Amino acid sequence: MNGPALVLTPEEEAMLDGGRGPGTAMAMRIVVAVAGVLGADRLMPITGAHIDACLYHGQAGLDFAQKLADLGAKVAVPTTLNTSSLDLMHPGLVRLPPSEAVPARALMDAYRALGARATWTCAPYQSTERPAFGENIAWAESNAIVFANSVLGARTERYGDFLDICAAVTGRVPHAGLHMGEHRMPAIELDCSPLSSEMLGHEAVWAALGGVVGRLVGEKIPLLTGIDPAVVDEDKLKAFGATAASSGGVALFHIAGVTPEALAAGWDSGGDAPGKTVITPALVCAMRDELTTADPAAPLDAVALGTPHFSVKEFRQLAGLLEGGPSFRPGCTVWINTSREVLEQARGDGTAQAAEERGARIVVDTCTYITPILGPEERSVMTPSGKWAWYAPMNIGVDIIFGTMAECVDSAISGKVVRHDQQWT
Amino acid sequence: MTSSGPEAEIAAATEPAAAFGGMTLCAGSGSGPLLALAEPLSFWGGTDRNTGEIIDAHHPQRGRLLGGQVLVMDASRGSSSSSSVLAEQLRAGVGPAAILLTARDAIVCLGVLAAAELYGGGIPVVLLDHSDADRLHQSALPASVSVTAEPGGRAAVVLSTGAGAPEPQP
Repeated sequence: MNGPALVLTPEEEAMLDGGRGPGTAMAMRIVVAVAGVLGADRLMPITGAHIDACLYHGQAGLDFAQKLADLGAKVAVPTTLNTSSLDLMHPGLVRLPPSEAVPARALMDAYRALGARATWTCAPYQSTERPAFGENIAWAESNAIVFANSVLGARTERYGDFLDICAAVTGRVPHAGLHMGEHRMPAIELDCSPLSSEMLGHEAVWAALGGVVGRLVGEKIPLLTGIDPAVVDEDKLKAFGATAASSGGVALFHIAGVTPEALAAGWDSGGDAPGKTVITPALVCAMRDELTTADPAAPLDAVALGTPHFSVKEFRQLAGLLEGGPSFRPGCTVWINTSREVLEQARGDGTAQAAEERGARIVVDTCTYITPILGPEERSVMTPSGKWAWYAPMNIGVDIIFGTMAECVDSAISGKVVRHDQQWT
Repeated sequence: MTSSGPEAEIAAATEPAAAFGGMTLCAGSGSGPLLALAEPLSFWGGTDRNTGEIIDAHHPQRGRLLGGQVLVMDASRGSSSSSSVLAEQLRAGVGPAAILLTARDAIVCLGVLAAAELYGGGIPVVLLDHSDADRLHQSALPASVSVTAEPGGRAAVVLSTGAGAPEPQP
């Protein structure tokens, strides 16, 4: 069962032996151990990293980051940081007790001390700097991983806590998994031609489609066919990937005529190839209804937008829906999660203010489903985010109504659930 | 392992039912009652990081405690934050005594490796053939398992069943 022995370069040996300092040696011990677990024959260099371990999950995670920092480790490649447990721009918004908030803040400080950029976003791909096609990177956070692989054509495995920072410090990852071209081929074709272009005009439909696909394929790589490239944009691919990663374990998908590796390879419909599955509107609507756990007739307490973090374009879309309309109903808070970088641009556009003037509350650095922000009275929450719908009931004990952004806006204005059924056909 | 202590007592009072090999993913030794997971488990969200209790509402073994158990599972499920949760459980002394997998699960191993790096010791993680894992899944209870995983090589797994094996949790 053993693979070939792991061979290190002289530079990698020097890192492991402490020649590049004890912090780098600690990180290299972890990278080498994981290479052994995966049966890799060598390590490979990376050009960037995205760290998810800055979200507080207990003392061990803090001890690990502080030990690396105390030993003098620094990141060797440009490194961004995922959402944390706190919103540092809006103190008091997060309702964590001091026993959690204090170490959560210390964890954020430790990752900054290691040289990572304080981006605090789950959507580092919405930044101006992002990896190019074919670049090997070490990204953690499942939605970022699937976006980098699928939409950018960069190459990352499913990295997570501890290995993310160790890869950043050493600039190396095991030569394994999705870094290897032969592991990036589609395994199953999903024919989406029954879904109308009108239906596919809504991010929430893509999120529900992601839920369907994730459950169908698990961790396999799907090739979606029968989709008009003109309806696709990055917000829709973001919504799709995030839910496919939550409901299954999708780390890479291809869409014929759309995603870069499908375009490069010229993959198109395989005809009646075995393994071809047809995706119908009924399947997508069934996922919408499955994600809906609240009674749609009950009063609506809140709306959650921006999971993954809201983009500049989504702020514009929201402002467009709000134009000339009334404020959100008091007692129904619209929460928008985004990054500082996007918020600055949206403020420049005036689109963030358009939402705030109508009562929306903006959260940065973190997200409303991973840390306590919503009040105890906010139990019934509407969202167009499949990922929020998937995890929030378990994490923060809310009930969900899943809907499109337009449904969410109209519901927040009227304080009760408004459906636009034509958006789901 | 020494010849005295609770492990030796368990071995003396029970009958070795099976012994087989596996591949070391993380070196170490550990033993305890068998806890074969009927379904995959995400440590993040699916277990309590402070108590080691399975809290996944959909998991058939909800309510069981991971502490001191020899965990048999195919692979973890879901979030990569599971590494942090497992490391925290090992730090707090409520984590498993050994983990037996049928897939090269880096997320599980990272939790174990990080805890070993920080706090020393280190529990064994072993890759088993499906047939050996099935034997553990089908074992009569109560049963205990002893695991010795040598660095970079072979691991030995001994299954004992009988009256002397610890009672499974309710």
